[in-house]
Amino acid sequence: MSTRNFGEPVKRNEDRKLLTGQALFVDDVELPGMLHAALLRSQVAHARILKIDVAKALQRPGVVAAFVAADLGDYWRPGPLLVPPPPITGIVFHQRTQVPLAREKVRHVGEPLVIVIAASRYIAEDALDDIEVELEPLAAVVDLEKGLAAGSVLVHDDLGSNVSAHVRQTTGSYAAAVTKADHTLKRRFFYEHGISSPIETRGVVAQWDARAGQMTIWDTTQAPVFVRNGLAGMLGLNERQVRVIAPFVGGGFGPKIMMFYPEEVLLPWVSMRLNRPVKWIEDRLEHFFATTQERGQIHDAEMAVSRDGRILGIKDVFLHDGGAYDPYGLTVPLNSQCTLLGPYVVPAYDSTFTQVFTNLPIVTPYRGAGRQHGVFVIERLLDLAAHELQIDPAEIRRRNLIPPDAFPYRNEIIYQDFGALEYDSGDYEPVLDMAMQSIGYAAFRQEQATARLQGRHLGIGLACYVEGTGIGPYEGAKVQVQSNGKVSVATGIGTQGQGHFTVFAQIAADQLGVAVADVDVVTGDTDQFYWGAGTFASRGAVVAGNAVNEASKVVRKKILKLASDLFECAEDDLVIADGKVSIVGIPEKFVALGDLARQANPMRGAVQPGTEPGLEATQYFGPKMGATANGVHAMIIEMDPQTFELKIVRYVVVHDCGTVINPMILAGQIHGGVAQGIGNAFYEKLVFDDQGQLLNASLADYLLPTALEVPRMQLAHTVTTSPLNPLGIKGAGEAGAIPVGPLFAQAIEDALDLKAKGVELREIPLSPSRLFELTRKAKR
Amino acid sequence: MDIDLHDVTLSVNGTKYQRRVESRLLLSDFLRHDLSLAGTHVGCEHGVCGACTVLLDGAPVRSCLMLAVQANNHEISTVESLAGKAGEYHPLQQAMHDHHGLQCGYCTPGILMTMTAFLDENHSPNEDEIREALSGNLCRCTGYQNIVDAVMTAAERMRG
Repeated sequence: MSTRNFGEPVKRNEDRKLLTGQALFVDDVELPGMLHAALLRSQVAHARILKIDVAKALQRPGVVAAFVAADLGDYWRPGPLLVPPPPITGIVFHQRTQVPLAREKVRHVGEPLVIVIAASRYIAEDALDDIEVELEPLAAVVDLEKGLAAGSVLVHDDLGSNVSAHVRQTTGSYAAAVTKADHTLKRRFFYEHGISSPIETRGVVAQWDARAGQMTIWDTTQAPVFVRNGLAGMLGLNERQVRVIAPFVGGGFGPKIMMFYPEEVLLPWVSMRLNRPVKWIEDRLEHFFATTQERGQIHDAEMAVSRDGRILGIKDVFLHDGGAYDPYGLTVPLNSQCTLLGPYVVPAYDSTFTQVFTNLPIVTPYRGAGRQHGVFVIERLLDLAAHELQIDPAEIRRRNLIPPDAFPYRNEIIYQDFGALEYDSGDYEPVLDMAMQSIGYAAFRQEQATARLQGRHLGIGLACYVEGTGIGPYEGAKVQVQSNGKVSVATGIGTQGQGHFTVFAQIAADQLGVAVADVDVVTGDTDQFYWGAGTFASRGAVVAGNAVNEASKVVRKKILKLASDLFECAEDDLVIADGKVSIVGIPEKFVALGDLARQANPMRGAVQPGTEPGLEATQYFGPKMGATANGVHAMIIEMDPQTFELKIVRYVVVHDCGTVINPMILAGQIHGGVAQGIGNAFYEKLVFDDQGQLLNASLADYLLPTALEVPRMQLAHTVTTSPLNPLGIKGAGEAGAIPVGPLFAQAIEDALDLKAKGVELREIPLSPSRLFELTRKAKR
Repeated sequence: MDIDLHDVTLSVNGTKYQRRVESRLLLSDFLRHDLSLAGTHVGCEHGVCGACTVLLDGAPVRSCLMLAVQANNHEISTVESLAGKAGEYHPLQQAMHDHHGLQCGYCTPGILMTMTAFLDENHSPNEDEIREALSGNLCRCTGYQNIVDAVMTAAERMRG
């Protein structure tokens, strides 16, 4: 294969539409006769529903319909479980999935009660005020420990407790590790993630065409094929009768994956019932409750170490806030449990978690998907051990890294893809070395001392992590040479800004000898490609990218076969380049790919047995397990010890995600991930009161980082190819976001000498006000 | 409720429009749904994210915080006006493409409108000034670095 485009910073095919305002997003879909939906949502977190009366709303001019749970009849049912529990001995899992409209009880603020359909969104929202609702409020489960205490109010009355799941996984003997250890540490850690808050909220447009018997759904989903399959089943239609289009989607980061959101289930049903197209676009307030989020875990963790700082064992017991329903199974806490092990040799591990139902919005993966929580715990334990054993924080990490000759490295626990957690390849120490060099680790103490003399408080942080990426089951791609000479690539995944229109084009362009701009990639349209899983777990480039490569290789073979017949020469004598096939050494003897494509689909004559018309192929790729990427982030900050105002002086990411398809797009993924990590570590916090009310549900109060908070980043890469796929790729989508929390805790402790003052930062998010509280408490 | 209708006349991207609109209709909805200029995006509808930024008589405003009736007798420019008739990019569009200053592209129209107005006022901005000017536009994908570089490059190219 020629490597002309692969590995190059090729500029993006998709930019023109986006830069000129011509890209189609879901809210841009306008259809004749289209109606608009608004949802009445519960304003309390936990209550019994006594009465809902929509009569007055129906009288309002412009209102077409209003539906409550009872109106749905047999269509009302809890959503499917998306990820069943993995095969772990002794696992407890109670499936309680979300419903389209609440019936009998509401379990979190924002849970929908009524859907109103009107001529405009303005009228639909007016009509929400006409609806009479009587709720009998119940105490809310908000605190994880109180939720598990005997006598707690129950989120799901029939369960008898608020336990959603309970899992213990062990390897080696932690008890034996403790007896061998020179030192053990035990601490409690709190880690909260937040909302993904893409700038485009969610939205659905559904159009039932009764004459054609065809349902078309435009959906801001990351997984159109699963949505098509699920909705076809719910609506009693064949899958071929349902077309789901995820057009341009304005960011996703996890929560736009199918969980069969109530609106996704309701809109197609309403469209069939009224025989009219219907649109619903989430507003920003709704997004804070109605879109899934990731929240907190409480870890009681202990680590046994030798005098020279080697990890002998880790024991961790943690609680995970699952929210009111658990459609995503155990993915998030399982990622925390597995990713805690990091790039380190951990001979004994004993980890138990309990997923707790709460009266809070539903938790499903958000960029990192629980990995942040685990990484925070191990990195903080190592920092504490380094401090107590008087070892440099970078050095204690180095001593525990898995050595390069130990790969594939098998951890004896089960990962989210249901296989044993195995790291396919890696070379960790050079990554650490590069990060230390890049941040100026060796010279930092001098820099810090000099700054301190000027009254400036500098601090350094450094954290290591691994990221499981590119999990199965599979993706596919259809590659076709068009008669105009351009190449079409279709795949079943959705895209939300990752550059798929370009990286897949690069792969196909290299195999088929065309310009990247002449490869037209289609993603997220189930009529264009039937099969697939979706865009999540940093898997698009790895799994779909390899499928595109395999399909392109088959098309290449077809091109060579047809051209060799045409020219009556050997395939080896042909070269494919610049959109044509020519004979080596005789460039004037050529056929354009478009002409060849036409000849492959003749108007007369028979297609030979064993051949197919056209220059087209569909291939699938499924890795046997996920590929493990790794990296080190390092950061130097300056902090004002009075106001706790933070300035990031330098930020370094060194990362290994195997073979790189497009370094420009990869850098963008890292930049964006780090920005989200910074938000999570120091600016963003979902503040719920003890009644489950979110107190800061606006972007004015929930602080996404701006251009003033996110620093310039310095990136570097090493390449350890993955043996799990022919292109050697590992995923990169979540790498930027994962290790930022511990970096902040470490750097702030260092800048303010907090350890000397007896303050340990064992929680994320931090903020100036939280640091003020923690340091003031210590002074007392 | 009586529907309160008003006649408005305004110019958008050089084209004059006359429409009868409800007093409460947001300018963002008017542009997107009444005039089918869907390039202007809506991210928060409370004036924080900046995605809906358009130019009102050349100055950036949040179209989600304005009513269509308030635009009566004014000139509006949206992202659709930036490229030339033959499709040639505005220097900032070109620089955003060159520097990978967009990923999902949803916030991009607002950023383009904010920063083209900024570049009209400040021909030689430094990085701090660009970040300050950009700080009213939220982007969740890029981490801003490539946008800052794009604005810097566009300024250089526009100076010639």
